[in-house]
Amino acid sequence: MSPAASASTPTTVAPNDERTVLALSNVTKTYPGTPPVHAIRGVDLDIRSGELVSIVGPSGSGKSTLLHIVGTLDRATSGTVSVAGYDVDDLTDKQLSSLRSRHIGFVFQQFFLLAGETALDNVSDGLLYTGMPLNHRRVLAEQALDQVGLSHRMGHEATKLSGGERQRVAIARALIGSPDIILADEPTGNLDSKSGEDVVRLIEDLNADGTTIVVITHDHEIASRFPRQVSLLDGEVVEDTRSVEPEDLR
Amino acid sequence: MKASLEPSRLAPADMMRASLIGLRTRRLRSVLSGLGIVIGIAAMVGVLGLSESSKSDLLAQLDQLGTNMLRIEAGSGIGIGTGELPEDSTAMVSRVGPVEQVASISETEASVYRTDLVPEGQTGGITVKAVDANLLATLQGQMDSGIFLDEAAGDLPVVVLGSVAAERLGVADGAGGTVVWLGDKWFSVVGVMETLDLSPDLDRAALVSYSTAEEFLDHDGVPSTIYVRSDPDDIDAVRSVLPATVNPESPDEVEVTRPSDALEAKEAADQAFTNLLLGLGAVALLVGGVGIANVMVISVLERRGEIGLRRALGATKGHISIQFLGESLILATLGGLGGVALGGAVTAAYAWSQGWDVLIPAVAIIGGMGAALIIGVIAGLYPAMRAARVSPTEALRTL
Repeated sequence: MSPAASASTPTTVAPNDERTVLALSNVTKTYPGTPPVHAIRGVDLDIRSGELVSIVGPSGSGKSTLLHIVGTLDRATSGTVSVAGYDVDDLTDKQLSSLRSRHIGFVFQQFFLLAGETALDNVSDGLLYTGMPLNHRRVLAEQALDQVGLSHRMGHEATKLSGGERQRVAIARALIGSPDIILADEPTGNLDSKSGEDVVRLIEDLNADGTTIVVITHDHEIASRFPRQVSLLDGEVVEDTRSVEPEDLR
Repeated sequence: MKASLEPSRLAPADMMRASLIGLRTRRLRSVLSGLGIVIGIAAMVGVLGLSESSKSDLLAQLDQLGTNMLRIEAGSGIGIGTGELPEDSTAMVSRVGPVEQVASISETEASVYRTDLVPEGQTGGITVKAVDANLLATLQGQMDSGIFLDEAAGDLPVVVLGSVAAERLGVADGAGGTVVWLGDKWFSVVGVMETLDLSPDLDRAALVSYSTAEEFLDHDGVPSTIYVRSDPDDIDAVRSVLPATVNPESPDEVEVTRPSDALEAKEAADQAFTNLLLGLGAVALLVGGVGIANVMVISVLERRGEIGLRRALGATKGHISIQFLGESLILATLGGLGGVALGGAVTAAYAWSQGWDVLIPAVAIIGGMGAALIIGVIAGLYPAMRAARVSPTEALRTL
């Protein structure tokens, strides 16, 4: 990721702005039922390249739904969503898969590492659906594991590593294709405080190197560590602190 | 808007790797579910292989024994005479053009015992028959030991035993000068025949010459059975004229059969049995397929998290279904290969123990593998479709 410096400091970012990786405009998500559940109500959000954002809120505030919409795993009921410059509404399911394979990285609370595979191969699976040959992916996976400080665990079976190490493998897998944005869903949720701290530091370091990261958490303490916090409550954005001015983003 | 997105792609090698994950991480379950296919295919290959091997053995046997032999007997049944052929029928038959060899057999009323101490009636099912000296040659039989009755035997009290008769009388060696109690007189055993495939009744008989029978057993010499060896090309013609030749007055009382037909009938019966076993093999295969489908459905449920992850990594629904279909196919293919190997081994071992040539028809191997693949596809289709339908957001909420 090489976010270009911007000269101007627009207060609202147009979806087509080159530096905008994520733009949500008046997005709602309603699950049918009696009564219907309004998980997300009129959310506007833009995230620019190089930002480190936490989306924080209590259980049931719509965090996960928002992550799924932003990650193109689910479609919004109304409003527009643009990811990496692509208007999600215009894309077919196949194109959304393609968008995820090249432009979005995911980190999950449960790690979701494949049993029976080494850390290296788990990381190289990050580019599995790009059609890149395995040996090429492994080279990139080595670099990604190096970035998360796990070069020494490359040949270990991923699911047998410690919790903190497993999450770092998962982060390396999200990182491998240099996606436009990494979405981390409660990345410290299954970790003890020490490993959780390591993962938060890693996220900060990766952001310092230019990676755009959105962390979803219910933990205000962790959220407050990050430069920008978006607070959700009952499906609405109740607070958005853009604590770092866009021109300060490197 | 940006340039169009390049579609998600899964390289064939990666597809293979993805399909192998489930099998590698759940080995015992994979082996057990593949076992059904192994058994089904092994049964089918084994049945086809054994039937083919035994058929080839039978054909070789028929070839060796010849299908040009006819057997003439007096017909039996209500309203039909004495059950004897006319006295001069042997001579009549030998005058038919294409007939090459004729040998007759005549039932005597004598019995044979190991010694004179054996109570009367305990014959062991052994009959005593008067036969022509050329009977062995006509039947293309072989001597196990000793010699057959020849002209030199004349009217001496000598006897040749069938293989079963020799065994029941406890005569191990036909050349050992053993004596048996036959028709109230000691007879020397001069030979023991090998088993005769085309006339098994002779295996349980003690054979004496016509002149001996006349001399010692007070036998009239009227033939009851005549064996005819004819030119193979004219066998049907010969067969049709034989009744009238043997008994011009009442040809209906003459029964002409071809012993090789019995072997062919046996083959046909074997074929029916083979079909039954093939059906059982197919059932085993079906059960194997259901087993695979069952395991795949469970696997899809268990691996929802993995499915969610793969969708997040950019897999399309197609990629997911191909992965699970591939898994089912690999399982079935391995089962098929195992089944072909096992079926082949069983066939080879059994054929070897029977002294047959090992013959595993290509159709069994190709058909077996084909059946395994088809079962794999059918068994995998539904689970694969189910896997593809798993919603990624639901799947990622798993655990």
